Amino acid sequence: MRLPLLALLVDAPAHGYELKQALENLLGSAYPQPNVGQIYVTLSRLEKAGLIEGEDVEQSDRPNKRIYRITAAGREAVDAWFEESTAEPRVRDEFFMKLALAPYTGTVDQIALINKQRRHYLNTMRNLSKLAAAEDRGNRVAQLLIEGAMLHLQADLDWLERCQEELE
Amino acid sequence: MNRDEPSGSPSGPILRAESLVKTHRPEGAAPVHAVRGVDLTVERGEFVAVTGPSGAGKSTLLHLLGGLDRPDSGTIRIDGRRVDSLSEARWAVLRRRHIGIVFQFFNLVSNLTVADNVELPALLAGRSPRQARADRAELLEELGLAGKENSTPGELSGGEQQRVALARALVNSPALLLADEPAGSLDSKGTREVLRLLSRFHQRGQTILLVTHDARMASAADRVISFFDGQVADDVHLGDGRPGADVTDVLRLKG
Repeated sequence: MRLPLLALLVDAPAHGYELKQALENLLGSAYPQPNVGQIYVTLSRLEKAGLIEGEDVEQSDRPNKRIYRITAAGREAVDAWFEESTAEPRVRDEFFMKLALAPYTGTVDQIALINKQRRHYLNTMRNLSKLAAAEDRGNRVAQLLIEGAMLHLQADLDWLERCQEELE
Repeated sequence: MNRDEPSGSPSGPILRAESLVKTHRPEGAAPVHAVRGVDLTVERGEFVAVTGPSGAGKSTLLHLLGGLDRPDSGTIRIDGRRVDSLSEARWAVLRRRHIGIVFQFFNLVSNLTVADNVELPALLAGRSPRQARADRAELLEELGLAGKENSTPGELSGGEQQRVALARALVNSPALLLADEPAGSLDSKGTREVLRLLSRFHQRGQTILLVTHDARMASAADRVISFFDGQVADDVHLGDGRPGADVTDVLRLKG
């Protein structure tokens, strides 16, 4: 959460709730929403680390709000984030561990295990399609987020197929 | 809908296949056991996807069910009526009236216009030219192809050609729509379009059997059959639940 918040602050100073809304607008309703408490905690840590600085602004009808602006050190952290290459997504190794170890139990059938996992993936895929249909067509970032998840699942399903071909 | 044969019980399944077997025997090569004892029932209004790796025999299965290929043994009933022993000509009539088929490579008649490609099966099924024209116009409009009537297939994109093929398959309001990798030669935009249309027709009650290796397409169906090595390995009804933790998990971004 740290670096996305910093990146948003490069554009303009903002308070915690505005940052939450900016993330939601960017990534759409499909994105697991960060809770606002988590955002406030992250912001105070960033401030302690000197990456942003906050300033209280008085409001007549409610408590003060704290507006954050990015510091030079914060900009450097953002630049470094974009500079470094991003680790590839982790292979879902827990399922594979089960598959590999099934013969040791003497009771678990590998094909049954694959079928069960496929059912799970297919249901997830179906739910992602529903999310894509419910999400605003014009929000390309959100649509791409969902499409990326679907392509990963497709790869997982293809891999299950390979496991089944080899093990059957 | 006029029928040339007495039909079975209209309340039973649309399709029931039992113990289907088909072995391809290519000359000078080992026989291929494409379908090895398949039982399959499709209920009225169901949207069923058959998935599996290429070479699993899923296309052969679809060809058997559409009468494009004959089983070595086993029975097929459509609307309660035994059809596996029908002659070529009888199958042609059955396909014209009760079974629509879409293929991966569209199989449109390349020197006919879009309008003629869609009207032809309606005319062959005995519709009046006026009625065939009206039905064609309605379907093309619905499929977003209004204005393309006078184009030939070669002037259209792949996605558009597949929509014409869909119109042709649906023009006689078939009881069963068979689709063999309908997005297999389309880009992702064309794929989404075909999927959206299949889902829309299904919501209106169209029974669909879709063969695909694409899990994204398969997950649009209510029921997914996993086909391996000529046999049904799994047969599952997909849930109608709301997106839950599974989805949250795959969408979470690090950073």
